[in-house]
Amino acid sequence: MNAGADALPPPLIRIRALSKAYQRGAQHIPVLQGVDLDVQRGEFIALMGPSGSGKSTLLNLIAGIDQPDGGCIEIDGIDIAGLSEGELADWRAANVGFIFQFYNLLPVLSAAENIELPLLLTDLTRRQRRQHVDAVLAMVRLSDRAGHYPNELSGGQQQRVAIARALVSDPQLIVADEPTGDLDRVTGGEVLSLLAELHRQLGKTIVMVTHDPRAAERAERLVHLEKGVLVAGTAFGH
Amino acid sequence: MLLLRLLLKNAFRHKLRSALTLIGLVVAICAFGLLRTIVDAWYAGAEASASTRLVTRSAVSLTFPLPLSYGERIRAVQGVSGVSWANWFGGVYVTERNFFPQFAVDPTSYLALYPEYVLPNVQRQAFLRDRQGAIVGRKLADKFGWRVGDQIPLRGTIYPGIWSFTLRGIYNGVDASTDEQQLLFHWKYLSETIRQRPGANPARVDSVGVYIIGIREADDAALISQRIDALFRNSLAETLTETEKAFQLSFVSMSEAILVALQAVSLIIVVIIMAVMANTMTMTARERLAEYATLRVLGFSPGFVVRLLAAESLLIALVGGLLGIALTLPLAAFVGQAVGTLLPVFRVSELTLLLQLLAALLVGVVAAAWPAWRISRFDIVAGLRHVG
Repeated sequence: MNAGADALPPPLIRIRALSKAYQRGAQHIPVLQGVDLDVQRGEFIALMGPSGSGKSTLLNLIAGIDQPDGGCIEIDGIDIAGLSEGELADWRAANVGFIFQFYNLLPVLSAAENIELPLLLTDLTRRQRRQHVDAVLAMVRLSDRAGHYPNELSGGQQQRVAIARALVSDPQLIVADEPTGDLDRVTGGEVLSLLAELHRQLGKTIVMVTHDPRAAERAERLVHLEKGVLVAGTAFGH
Repeated sequence: MLLLRLLLKNAFRHKLRSALTLIGLVVAICAFGLLRTIVDAWYAGAEASASTRLVTRSAVSLTFPLPLSYGERIRAVQGVSGVSWANWFGGVYVTERNFFPQFAVDPTSYLALYPEYVLPNVQRQAFLRDRQGAIVGRKLADKFGWRVGDQIPLRGTIYPGIWSFTLRGIYNGVDASTDEQQLLFHWKYLSETIRQRPGANPARVDSVGVYIIGIREADDAALISQRIDALFRNSLAETLTETEKAFQLSFVSMSEAILVALQAVSLIIVVIIMAVMANTMTMTARERLAEYATLRVLGFSPGFVVRLLAAESLLIALVGGLLGIALTLPLAAFVGQAVGTLLPVFRVSELTLLLQLLAALLVGVVAAAWPAWRISRFDIVAGLRHVG
């Protein structure tokens, strides 16, 4: 199913006939089967579906942390399925920001240090890195928590640090895997508002996996997966 | 800087575990160093021996004496620069527990052959003049609080009776490998005292335990040894001549099994701590799988993650190793005092310190090898799902 529109400019993400299966012992378990999907530059889409539908697998493939069995994934014209592990690592560092359900911050580093990590893979000087970190900390309204360690921050604050880490290297694509899955409704709402605000302000392309229909409503388009196949797409028209 | 901070914080994240691992490492590296030092001390006599000295003894056994008359004949052998002789005295100072070696020597020729015994000239002259005089090494003098002029009574075991010596000098070793725990006195005093005793055996009176022979060229040692032994072939007292080092090693070889066991134990200790530390690093890597996966997701290469783990392992091993080395020195000094004259030269060699450091680093590398190999191949997606 091609969820893109013919009249639009070339999509940032272009997926064709994507398939992925897992081998569990002698059992062959297909997870994605012939998925076609286009995501426009600057679009905010939500991937929904029941457990085991393949939405997280699709997100991982888009993010370049997993390899498909068949089909192609082009991001900004690059077929990432053809990249080696080292090339994929470099590509991720330059092009993708990640937001995880459980924040995945390194507990021994402060908020600012966690945010600075992706910048270690760039040519920026220490001072420039510091400036970038301060800027994104201000964006997520955590400037006063720069020196705090993850265990000194609430869940919502930790997720905001993770969002800042995803943004700090200015990637064109942000992938978020259940970003509110570990948060209460109010805090989750705040995090989603922040994501939506950053999307509006910075024009980042965001692909978000979620179980929560309220979270999905913050996206511009909802893509539904069932048993490894895209079954519907809904444009919210924000 | 940030990576260094990450490394340091990771290395000591679990304080109890890190502390226990470090204690294990310190004990292992320290024990490794001490055991090596004990083995070194056993070989110290051989190591301190000069390549230009030979020792001639009875071919039958060291306990069989040689005639004094051999001295002049040995002196005439081509390549020989000097000849001296010594008898093992085997006296007891107050109690058997105060064991230390005593030799009756020909002072002038003996001191000429042993320039490593550094003696003030005044004391040397006083010793040479006084037939009842004796000299001792600095460590021995310090141990018993002896001063020049003191009387040192020894109860003879091989040569019965009470023998009293006047301490005329205290020598210092030219370096740390020189034995400073022995007493030297005049061979003539021994010989003449025996001679004066009723029923003295004339063969025993003018007998010598070993000859010490100085040679001009170390390379000629084998040839000169053959020449000396050839002189006395088919005589009543055939000789066996060997380098001083070979002579000393012949004593060490008597306890070779113990030394091999000590060396084996020292290696086993390193292997054990290797296993302990490998276990620690494997647990660490397993617990941090999600963190390593996160780093990989952010764009860090598998090699970076492997280096991070290896550096952590090396850092812990290095800290433990350095603490172990630092502890070895005072501990060795304590053990050296405790064993006293049994192992006269007991010091931690530079080689031992280097081997301790290498052993610690080897432990760090080996401990990280397995977990590093695993995290170099782990699946990022599975890693992200891992709960440490």
